[in-house]
Amino acid sequence: MNWYGIKSIYIHEMERFRRTLFQSLASPIITTSLYFVVFGSAIGSRITEIDGINYGSYIVPGMIMLTILTQSISNASFAFYFPRFTNTIYEILAAPLSSFEIVLGFVGAAASKSLIIGCVIILTANFFVDVRIDHPLLMMFFLILTSITFALFGFIIGMYAEGFEGLQIIPILIITPLVFLGGSFYSINMLPEFWQKISLLNPVLYLISGFRYSFYEVSDVSLFTSTLTILTILIGCIIFITYTFSKGYRIKD
Amino acid sequence: MKNILEINNVTKFYKNSVKALENVNLNIKEGEIFALLGPNGAGKSTLINSICGIVNFNTGTIKINKMDIVKNYRNTRKITGIVPQELNLESFETVWNNVNYSRGLFGKKPDHNYIEKLLKQLSLWEKKDSKIKELSGGMKRRVLIAKALSHQPKLLFLDEPTASVDVELRKDMWDVVKKLNKDGVTIILTTHYIEEAEELSDRVAVINDGKIILVDEKDKLIKKLGEKTIKIELFESIEKINGNLSKYNFTLDQTNKIISHTYNLNSNTTDITELLNDVKKDGFKIKDINTEQSSLEEIFIKLIQENNNELVRN
Repeated sequence: MNWYGIKSIYIHEMERFRRTLFQSLASPIITTSLYFVVFGSAIGSRITEIDGINYGSYIVPGMIMLTILTQSISNASFAFYFPRFTNTIYEILAAPLSSFEIVLGFVGAAASKSLIIGCVIILTANFFVDVRIDHPLLMMFFLILTSITFALFGFIIGMYAEGFEGLQIIPILIITPLVFLGGSFYSINMLPEFWQKISLLNPVLYLISGFRYSFYEVSDVSLFTSTLTILTILIGCIIFITYTFSKGYRIKD
Repeated sequence: MKNILEINNVTKFYKNSVKALENVNLNIKEGEIFALLGPNGAGKSTLINSICGIVNFNTGTIKINKMDIVKNYRNTRKITGIVPQELNLESFETVWNNVNYSRGLFGKKPDHNYIEKLLKQLSLWEKKDSKIKELSGGMKRRVLIAKALSHQPKLLFLDEPTASVDVELRKDMWDVVKKLNKDGVTIILTTHYIEEAEELSDRVAVINDGKIILVDEKDKLIKKLGEKTIKIELFESIEKINGNLSKYNFTLDQTNKIISHTYNLNSNTTDITELLNDVKKDGFKIKDINTEQSSLEEIFIKLIQENNNELVRN
């Protein structure tokens, strides 16, 4: 293993995060605060509790998931697309690094950034509502696995994007709607039966549900199904990246 | 001297079926400066990018220090450095971080003393904390060289190292290249500046339309393919060419006082002696004589033209 190589990519990416620390943290903190104001106070005053949990507290896991998913994808896709855009990718391709090591460096950094932001959101949420974590290890398990999985997904987008606009299309058109419709701010039990069944087709529902279970021991679907879903997406991303790399990963002509 | 690089039957097609390299065979000796000459789009960059792992080639084998670059990519890439043609750098990073980052990518543990020495050698030390975007084009080119040398490679590829740089900086770069070679680095440079190849290289290859059409020692190439021109300056002008001089195919300058006669060094005989005798016989007095050898550029143009004509015929 080229550990120095992996470390170089990782530190290089984290350095970018450090340079833009204010923008990186300010955006999710402000967004989270706004969600609390809008959903927690305005809507929360009408929906007092869901599954016995105060509405403001109930939406915390969903909000964290929303941020983790979008941040993991955008961090990893930008991190890999940027050297392609500036053509500095030549150096990574010419270095004695395996595909796995390249992915490890980029995805590791993107997932780390998301984890830091996730932790900051949990702290921010504490200023607005009571946040209880019944199963901290399970919570970390979901947090880490989701960060890695969606950083891998972002890496794929970074490999395929033909321009900066391309980096935004999937997160805006697919991921954000799936998160909003995946029970981030409500329980699917509140929906009519037909829409409940439709919601079950949304993989993000399982992530949010499992993650919420680690906080309050309430969920829309079983913990096993949630874990299976995240692992399936993870394996799917790994297979896809391995395949793309074996073909020259759209970078080597 | 042993071969540090061996390229055998390498072919490369791009996705749009454009043939970039066709059965390329080339051996590079350890310690030499090798120039790869060719017009734009001839395949120079594709060849060095294939060697460095930046593009995948379709068929053939490439070996560095007898190791296959695909099967043994870790060991071969560790001793290889590349300076790309474009100024591809992260604008917001400092020189210091950029160069250390490159060293890490190539699997070398940090060595701040070596990087300091390297930056000093390349006159970059004063700029180590500057961001790339604050540097001039010449400085950026030096940063690219520093990055390529950060892991102490044995084989260095310079892809058009002096493209778009002014004459002064070009000469400066040549000194850097000569110094590197003196320190034991084998250098392969692609260029379409003939004077660059003429100034730096030990051997030269000419590539056109993806094929290597010639490989030879630079001096031998100039000698072998080069034509020489003898210029005979007379005291008086030639009003009309007749007599003994009418059998020669020479040209006269505007003053009709300088005879320019071209001959090939490869010929078993040159007619210089006869020409000089006939000048004397026709009653002209010689003021001065000098000879000019055709440059690598003239040879290069001739070769490319011949090769293109052949391609058209085929």
